[in-house]
Amino acid sequence: MLRTCLCAASLLLLTLSGCATTATNPADPWESVNRKVYAVNDSLDRYALRPVAQGYKTVVPLPLRTNVSNFFGNIEDVWTGLNNLLQGKPREGASDFGRVAINSTIGILGLFDVATDIGLEKHEEDLGQTLGVWGMGPGPYVMLPLLGPSTVRDAGGSVPRYLLDPSSEISRIPLRNSVTALKLVNARAQLIGADSALDEAALDRYGYLRDFYLKSRQSQIFDGHPPREKDDYYE
Amino acid sequence: MKLFKTAFALLFSLNACFALAQEAPDVLAKRVMTEVIEIVKSDKAIQAGDQKRIAELVDAKVLPYFDFKHMTALAMGREWRSATPEQRDAVTAEFKTLLVRSYSNALSQYKNQVIDFKPLRMKPEDTDVIVRTEVRQAGAKPVAIDYQMDKREGAWKVYDVMVAGVSLVTNYRETFSQEIKSGGIDALVKSLKEKNGEAVKK
Repeated sequence: MLRTCLCAASLLLLTLSGCATTATNPADPWESVNRKVYAVNDSLDRYALRPVAQGYKTVVPLPLRTNVSNFFGNIEDVWTGLNNLLQGKPREGASDFGRVAINSTIGILGLFDVATDIGLEKHEEDLGQTLGVWGMGPGPYVMLPLLGPSTVRDAGGSVPRYLLDPSSEISRIPLRNSVTALKLVNARAQLIGADSALDEAALDRYGYLRDFYLKSRQSQIFDGHPPREKDDYYE
Repeated sequence: MKLFKTAFALLFSLNACFALAQEAPDVLAKRVMTEVIEIVKSDKAIQAGDQKRIAELVDAKVLPYFDFKHMTALAMGREWRSATPEQRDAVTAEFKTLLVRSYSNALSQYKNQVIDFKPLRMKPEDTDVIVRTEVRQAGAKPVAIDYQMDKREGAWKVYDVMVAGVSLVTNYRETFSQEIKSGGIDALVKSLKEKNGEAVKK
């Protein structure tokens, strides 16, 4: 009697866990909440952020927008350099700090990216990637309100970055807000084009964006050369 | 004299054919892309966003070098094996429409980007290579766009495109397998058809 019971229970458990795995993507256990956040983000983007970014792109000429990108990029290079050191890549790290030194001086406070022209390539590293290099998995996928796709690891990694952002040192609040807004709008403006490509290509935008985010982070952790799994069933 | 000319022309075109057959995959990719971008740059209708014109260009110049069946197999993964030949053809047809439209859309947004071709390390006996390019644009970080090509029946064709290290083809696999799980391959065909129909209406 006990045995049948146990059998039935384990069978039930098996079916239940089977259901759980087929219903959700293992990388995205919080999918139902994430989808709701995504829907809100998407509306905010469609009706507010994207139109503003589009306007910014129309009004501000490209050379000036390039200056803006370079300026924020120069600050970012400090973090990239630090993370390259943390990842055990002193050569890349030194090159990143060299970029900051050159661009902050000859490049007039980072407005011009002189360093790229003389052959110091720009890298992009962050704490999330460093944790990944150190062997930490991404954890569950999270759709952050306003900020978009992330994972528990990447979101955690971005906390020190936000706390130590130099713009938080600006004491005049209106100026600080303007700087943050400019950074946001400029970053969004660079994605115009990629967003319509997503609309055009994806059967399910949420899913396509998630899978792209997760794989591109994996690729970044391996500096563009992730291990390739052989999964081609074409004969 | 006329005969001489014709013979010469014939010889030339034969020579051209021969050269094409021998063309290395990176040389082929570079030739096709350079040619297409030259046309996009100089064609007024394309600059103005004439979708039909872009579609014609892609059809004539780009599609012969893409292997859509292989792409579909890659996107479907394991499910490709269990699909019947009819189902495979149906998915391929719809997926091709989707990819071509996405590609044409990307091409119509081409402005002043510069494409750098990275040197290809390849052994003469290789039949599967990745041609690496980097697209540079003022004010933005360069984007790596890589083309995976293989040689079948003497012809090199692209079967995967990777942007920033992510395969745009296998990126469909999750969505595809969700569709197949919920309603089989026919459900996948239906969704692709709907997506393509929706885009036509726009």
